[in-house]
Amino acid sequence: MDQHVVLKNVSRIYPGGPGRRPVQALAPLDLDLQKGEFFAVVGPSGCGKSTLLEVIAGLAPVSEGTVTFEGMPVEGRVPTGVGVVFQEDASFPWLTVEDNIAFGLRRASMDKREVSQRVEHAVAFMGLKAFARAYPAQLSGGMRQRVCIARTLVLQPRLILLDEPFGALDQQTRLLMGDELLRLWRATKATVLLITHALDEAAMLADRVGVMSSRPGRFIDIVATGWPRDRDSLIVARPEFGQITGHLWSLLREESIKALQGDR
Amino acid sequence: MRLRINLLRLAVIVAAVLLVELLVRVGTISRVMLIPPSEMVLALFRLLASGRMTRDIALTLRNVGIALTFAIVLGFAGGVAVHALPRLRSILDPLFASYYAVPIFVFYPLFIVISGMGSLPLIIMGFLSAVIAMVINTLNGLDRVPAVFRKTGRVLQMGRFETVCLIILPAAAAHIFTGLKLAVAYAFIGVIAAEFILSGGGIGYEISFTYFAFDNNTMYALILLILVLVTAINMGLYAWERRVQTRVGRR
Repeated sequence: MDQHVVLKNVSRIYPGGPGRRPVQALAPLDLDLQKGEFFAVVGPSGCGKSTLLEVIAGLAPVSEGTVTFEGMPVEGRVPTGVGVVFQEDASFPWLTVEDNIAFGLRRASMDKREVSQRVEHAVAFMGLKAFARAYPAQLSGGMRQRVCIARTLVLQPRLILLDEPFGALDQQTRLLMGDELLRLWRATKATVLLITHALDEAAMLADRVGVMSSRPGRFIDIVATGWPRDRDSLIVARPEFGQITGHLWSLLREESIKALQGDR
Repeated sequence: MRLRINLLRLAVIVAAVLLVELLVRVGTISRVMLIPPSEMVLALFRLLASGRMTRDIALTLRNVGIALTFAIVLGFAGGVAVHALPRLRSILDPLFASYYAVPIFVFYPLFIVISGMGSLPLIIMGFLSAVIAMVINTLNGLDRVPAVFRKTGRVLQMGRFETVCLIILPAAAAHIFTGLKLAVAYAFIGVIAAEFILSGGGIGYEISFTYFAFDNNTMYALILLILVLVTAINMGLYAWERRVQTRVGRR
């Protein structure tokens, strides 16, 4: 497989202000994402997972090191072909579901017929057909997150970055959303990087799981799950699933205790 | 559902007006204090038809219009500037918080000294009454734009101008329109109240004059006129707000 995203010796330090010390969010770390793989990142709270995503997306600068996407350096702006879904609800409340999904496409001055075709497909794919003309305020949290995923999806990104997109959802909805995510990953053939605090979510969805240390974040291990590409949430019933989740927790337990003690 | 709520609101207003009409007609409320609402409407039609107050109405509307235009433009620009400059904001925040606690009318002798007895002090009163409502609501609107919306703009490779036009302003629009509606009300209050004490013409002056002349019919007709004007402007703004939001959505 080809290298799609490469991080070399990347660190990120948030500068301190008056009376505040600088905070090192990321220790120098390396990471290779292969084209078309599903990579999940887990780690204790505040370990720099979201910072890692922002650095890869070009939303935050690196303090040291380099990030490249498709061989080109990521410097100060989000590269073409990268889509990001955030943890917070980013659906625009003044737009209908359809208009939210079409937002990025209309900006790109795309042909109207092409826009409506792509939107229609995304609406159907994400199960939003009955709510196409509804406003976000009329939808549940899970549906609003689907709108945001659809808005990213219609732009056909080659790299999809997801920052705890299901963080606010209940367990059952998260499993079902995980199924949808796997379906769209297979359909789009995009590379996916998922930031999550849920070990079971990472173990179920990813080909590889990067386990981060407490702050400053670095990878303490990268665990390959060995799942077939054609999988769904039913794999949680397999004995290997429990083993992978258990292994992730054994790696993370000490780091989580450290992070907790650091917070006190 | 919305139609039902609107009908209910209308029913409450109609019931209140009918109750006042009844109370005045049966003598519970003295006619010296209040005339029946139906007579107010009749008096207003006669007043408008006679053309007796056209000059005063035009004068007030012109002064309110000028005060409002300056308050909206400078209030919006001020809100944007203060939002962009946190240091300026930390200096001005206490002023904004206490602004409406100070009755600006106490400064009217000063305005007369500075700008004479014409329309200018009235416009200044209207402007000063309205401008801070616009600044505060613009600031509130911009403060409440979620950070994730700006990040979404960056992910979609939008420039600063495009982000402001397509994301920030629509996201802040509800508060900005609230500022507009408040500015309309405050500009009317400022100008008309100033006409009571500072002017020889205008609706405020005529209300004051007819009050002292015991001309209840004309006084209540003018009060009704102000109510109708402010309600019509606010309803117009509400309709515009809805249209702007829909248009931005379809762009």
